[in-house]
Amino acid sequence: MAVTRNLDKDKMVVVEGSYSVAHSVKVCKPNVISAYPITPQTHIVEDLSQFMADGEIPNCEYINVESEFSALSALVGASAVGARSYSATTSQGLELMHEVLFNVSGMRFPVVMTVVNRAVSAPINIWNDHQDSISQRDTGWIQLYAEDTQEIADMTAQAFKIAEDKDVLLPAMVCMDGFILSHVYEPVVLLEQDLVDKYLPAYNPEFVLDSKDPKSFGAFADPSTYTEFRFLQEKAMEAALQKIEDAANDFHELFGRYYGGLIDEYETEDAEIIIMAMGSIIGTIKDVIDARRSKGEKVGLLKVRSFRPFPKEAIKKVVKNAKVVVVLDKNISIGLNEGALFTETKSCLYNTKIDVPVVGYMIGHGGRDIPVGTIENIIDEAKGVISSGIKVESQFTDVREELI
Amino acid sequence: MSPKSETNSRSKQLLAPGHRGCAGCCDAMAAKFTLMGAGEDCIVVSPTGCLEVMTTPFPESSWEVPWIHSLFENTSAVASGIDAALRAMGKAGKTKVIGIGGDGATLDIGMRSISGAFERGHDFTYVCIDNEAYMNTGVQRSGATPFNAATTTSPAGKVSFGNQRPKKNMPAIMAAHGSPYVATTSVAYPKDMIRKVKTATETVGPTYIHAHAPCTTGWGFDTSKTVEIGKLAVETALWPMFEIEDGEVTKVKKIKNIKPVEDYLKMQRRFKHLFTMEGGEEEIKKIQAIADKNVVDFGL
Repeated sequence: MAVTRNLDKDKMVVVEGSYSVAHSVKVCKPNVISAYPITPQTHIVEDLSQFMADGEIPNCEYINVESEFSALSALVGASAVGARSYSATTSQGLELMHEVLFNVSGMRFPVVMTVVNRAVSAPINIWNDHQDSISQRDTGWIQLYAEDTQEIADMTAQAFKIAEDKDVLLPAMVCMDGFILSHVYEPVVLLEQDLVDKYLPAYNPEFVLDSKDPKSFGAFADPSTYTEFRFLQEKAMEAALQKIEDAANDFHELFGRYYGGLIDEYETEDAEIIIMAMGSIIGTIKDVIDARRSKGEKVGLLKVRSFRPFPKEAIKKVVKNAKVVVVLDKNISIGLNEGALFTETKSCLYNTKIDVPVVGYMIGHGGRDIPVGTIENIIDEAKGVISSGIKVESQFTDVREELI
Repeated sequence: MSPKSETNSRSKQLLAPGHRGCAGCCDAMAAKFTLMGAGEDCIVVSPTGCLEVMTTPFPESSWEVPWIHSLFENTSAVASGIDAALRAMGKAGKTKVIGIGGDGATLDIGMRSISGAFERGHDFTYVCIDNEAYMNTGVQRSGATPFNAATTTSPAGKVSFGNQRPKKNMPAIMAAHGSPYVATTSVAYPKDMIRKVKTATETVGPTYIHAHAPCTTGWGFDTSKTVEIGKLAVETALWPMFEIEDGEVTKVKKIKNIKPVEDYLKMQRRFKHLFTMEGGEEEIKKIQAIADKNVVDFGL
């Protein structure tokens, strides 16, 4: 599908990225919000708290918990009695939730949580990279990444729709870059209540904790049954692949905006160099591509919106005719010297007939700025890969040698 | 509690038999008495532990009331979410929300969670089944293990009489949170426990029941003696039974003939070393001093 921003300028208001998320959460009508404040997620929970104080979210309770561990744990209970449940966190908070993340997914509660991506300590750092959410990739959560404040607003509603789908019933992280998106003021169209009501059906789970019909949740599974729980989670993720596309298409139909489904493409059709990335860096890459295209260079962009489920088929389709794929990662698997998107992209091309070199750059750690020049250099190096093969498969970008 | 309502609550077994608890299991007794006190319109949250394992091997369950287990350390947070959701969805006030967890899940790893939930004032009752160690993992020491008890991680040895510290005073901590109702009880006194659970669940706000629960496997006594041991803990004044309303001790179970602590200690493997090791007598005196202090503090 062609990319359609279709932003109605008459409807646009200039708000902070965090506000656009909080507004989306409000119009999705959650029953329980449970959150613990942590920079740079704070403005979202402050905005939601103000909505609560002003009585703008009916049939909702906001729990000011004592930790992120309890923030998510409370939503286990809330979701189990049939409440639409929301939280927001980042970095250390997300890492503290680690054990609960597995639990929420294993119990199949469709909690939606905004992750305002931030680097992980030590050293402590409050700025953006993707190490926090990428480190949680195997916990069984859907992970979506937004490129700007409009997309994060739209994606929040889509996440509820995807997560609560009866064929999915998995929790979803909606990821936005800390400060770069959470604290930026930009014009956005705030989601209209009447359209959201049409878009998002009420959450009516089949099984809930109800004294009139007692059921046991969270029984222990021995080796004779445990495997099947994991298998069914994987099946649900597979179902989510289509549901993520559907949610984006349905959204497009009602709201007129489309930021991609599992992935989004920019100038990829005849591209020899395809850059892959997630999050707010997308805008910078597009600017560089525009400049290169004007010089006749065939460079394109593959934006990954869904990191989990991983869109293997969609990626293969886009990169199969390219001459080189360059993957940018704001994270590292220490000891492998690779970012996760790079590793997984390589992995999904193996055992196929697609024979395209893939190189990786780890970039923007702890909020290190990613100027246009960095992307320019990466593209120039990619041209070298086309002409003379891979010299360095995966590397850090812009390392300050004088500090080492 | 009137005899009539007690009969009614007993008419339906809310914890079905056939679970996999040990013979003489204190957890099964505690859960059963809790449900007898609370009635069937409740939602129970349990942490990881013996009670969870023995009652819910998938696809079986002993629970005739809605029940949820999430993790080891988050029972009170899960209960908070249930309470909030019931209120948000207009279902509050009728269905009682109850956490039932062991001592480790309550006052060690679950301390943050229960403290937060009580501070926030959620409307739920937490029942701590205190069998004084981590029994599900093989009798390791917890913050509720009594002074000089031997566990697998606080064993008696050539230079140790076992656990070096007294029990964490959890009822006082919960009362300090501003709970309207905190009570101690014992599985050896079913009527007392059922009455206190009923009072707790009928009181609005976060309420706390701390039930002493002798564990045949962990403490090392015959499976027929759970009640006898539990009574001895009370009769020796090592486990005072009292109620705290809005921070004030309002009721105390008086002991007519207070027995020496040896009567309680000598029946359990975990204290056996005190009767065989050199210097054991002195150690028993220290335990007697704990009991004597309870007599004074609570006017037993």
